[in-house]
Amino acid sequence: MTDDTIGGRGVNAPDVVRRDLSTEALLTVRDLRVEFGKKGQRPTTAVDEVTFEIRRGEHLGIVGESGSGKSVTSLAIMGLLPATGVRVSGQIMFDGEDLLAASEKRMRDVRGRDIAMIFQDPMTSLNPVVTIGTQISEVIRGHRDMGKAEANERAVELLRKVAMPDPGRRMKEYPHQLSGGMRQRVLIAIALANEPQLLIADEPTTALDVTIQAQILEILKQVVADTGTALIMITHDLGVVAGLCDSVHVMYQGRVVESAQRRPLFAEPRHPYTGGLLASVPRLDSPRGQPLKPIPGSPTDVLPWTQGCAFTPRCANRIDTCTEKTPALKIEGQRALRCFNPLTLSSAGGATP
Amino acid sequence: MLRFVVRRLALMVPVLVGLSILLFVWIRALPGEPARSMLGQRATPEAIERINNLYGFNDPVLQQYFTYVGRLIRGDFGESTRNGDPVVSTFFDQFPATIELSFAALLFAIVLGIPLGYWAGRRVGGWLDNVIVSTSLLGVVTPVFFLAILLKLVFAEYLDWFPTSRRSDARIEATHITNFYVLDGLITREWDAAWDAIVHLILPGIALGTIPLAIIVRITRAAVADVMGEDYVRTAYSKGLDPAIIRNRHVMRNALLPVVTTIGLQTGLLLSGAVLTESVFEIGGIGRYLFEAISQRDYPVLQAYILFIALIFSIVNLLVDVSYGVIDPRVRVS
Ligand SMILES: Nc1ncnc2c1ncn2[C@@H]1O[C@H](COP(=O)(O)OP(=O)(O)O)[C@@H](O)[C@H]1O
Ligand SMILES: [Mg+2]
Repeated sequence: MTDDTIGGRGVNAPDVVRRDLSTEALLTVRDLRVEFGKKGQRPTTAVDEVTFEIRRGEHLGIVGESGSGKSVTSLAIMGLLPATGVRVSGQIMFDGEDLLAASEKRMRDVRGRDIAMIFQDPMTSLNPVVTIGTQISEVIRGHRDMGKAEANERAVELLRKVAMPDPGRRMKEYPHQLSGGMRQRVLIAIALANEPQLLIADEPTTALDVTIQAQILEILKQVVADTGTALIMITHDLGVVAGLCDSVHVMYQGRVVESAQRRPLFAEPRHPYTGGLLASVPRLDSPRGQPLKPIPGSPTDVLPWTQGCAFTPRCANRIDTCTEKTPALKIEGQRALRCFNPLTLSSAGGATP
Repeated sequence: MLRFVVRRLALMVPVLVGLSILLFVWIRALPGEPARSMLGQRATPEAIERINNLYGFNDPVLQQYFTYVGRLIRGDFGESTRNGDPVVSTFFDQFPATIELSFAALLFAIVLGIPLGYWAGRRVGGWLDNVIVSTSLLGVVTPVFFLAILLKLVFAEYLDWFPTSRRSDARIEATHITNFYVLDGLITREWDAAWDAIVHLILPGIALGTIPLAIIVRITRAAVADVMGEDYVRTAYSKGLDPAIIRNRHVMRNALLPVVTTIGLQTGLLLSGAVLTESVFEIGGIGRYLFEAISQRDYPVLQAYILFIALIFSIVNLLVDVSYGVIDPRVRVS
């Protein structure tokens, strides 16, 4: 990615519109742990000790490289993990109700009405043999007592809201007749059809053309603001978080390694992994042609969290303790950090959010 | 869609004409000739010559073909060289029996196969899947002939639940219009005759339908398992939709595409299997008649029967293509 590809939503993007956030938590995830294990195989832990909270109307970012457990976390909230071969523990409190304890029937009511989700790949996330109109109206009619005609009207209105050109005609079209960006708009319309209290967007722009990414983010930001929906934005790109989120949780190999409000996190990243992610974000103020600094190594060549910090092999700040003990998430004022030897202000490549 | 059907029907005409020419030439190129079959090995050359002149078999092939087509247009299919029966009358007597049997078998296979395949495919590796898959394996490897005899022995002769043979009970009065007995019973409102015809179809239908059933189960299972892993099914679940809507609109509508193709491919299997089933249950279909016509080089019968089978194949193919277009907007021709 070159610096102009992320357009106006780089780390220097204009500030987020001020919203009134309530103090009451809408969703509280506590000690979430997800293990996958086929019969006779050793279970693998995809997500562990994940704890966070989102208030009504808040925008929260979950950031991490691929494989860090972001999607598994969101699927756990939706209750959409596979029915077999998975062990989920912890607590997912939504509006006073533990979703992990809720029945499948209850979850069907919650999904698409109270909590909605947008997935990564718009090319494959729409049913190829069903019209756009039906795919939008079915989620409306599934949760409300509404006639076909009325639901269709509402669907057209939703398409207009996501800036779909010629919404009336689109209703009768099929996904293959639309571009990737258009399809993601349809998926946004579907997700917001019932004005959910919470929207989980799992890398909604990753699969899109870079020129479309900013547009889709803008639309998403707009509709979420209109409906007062709380947003969990999942991304591997801190640049996406910069112009959008109030708070950020950085995940590495299934665990949260750093949580903070966006401003302090960007200004003063403490975890070396966060620092690395920030350094790899293209910046508008960096000289053209200056290469980005990728984090060396990849998440696969790591120690499991049971024998020290999983980030150690890729960490420039590692000390002996890192391979001896497993770091716990420690609260430090407004921030939570899982690191024995965090970055100090001077060594951190801080940025203005 | 209508234009597509009309175009495909129009396209069938040259295909069938070409096929009829090939067929005409091909059966005459087979070793042996009708006259010798009729008169036996010791026939004198003069007698054979007389027969060949009588039927025009000495004329150039092309001339024979045009004579044949000319008669065909007037509705004259010629006579059997074996017994002089008009081909038309045996044709309309036997084909309905075979088609009705094949249809019953296919219905059995589809109505049972698609739900079973769905239940197996939803949870691949589950106990239900294991039971269904191993049973369907048994279905594929059981020869039609063997299964037909087994069903007849157990359910017709020993348990006496079903009739042992034929298409209807002679004691029940029935008017035959189309020679499709079930259909006739419905048209004439002779309900007892229709029911009787259905009862007679059950055992042969199961015998003939078992292999197609097993194949449909396996294809449906694989298709459903595939579709279940698709992103759009996850989207459907994330919408909190009614399970029946997810199953019908999102899973089955996509999984049906390969199943429809498979059903189309069963036609040949059904027709050949029908011949065996018919002989076990003494159903007067095309089976034995066609077999004898082949062994005795009964040209007029072979021409009419084989061409009609080709026509059935073309129509089934067209139906498969049309249902494809109905199900999948991506293949719909503009
Ligand atoms: N259905 C599954 N079965 C087994 N392992 C899985 C499954 N889904 C995800 N995982 C594992 O969980 C880990 C986290 O995956 P994921 O949440 O998709 O990462 P991210 O979304 O951050 O890229 C990965 O190591 C992945 O292999
Ligand atoms: Mg993911």
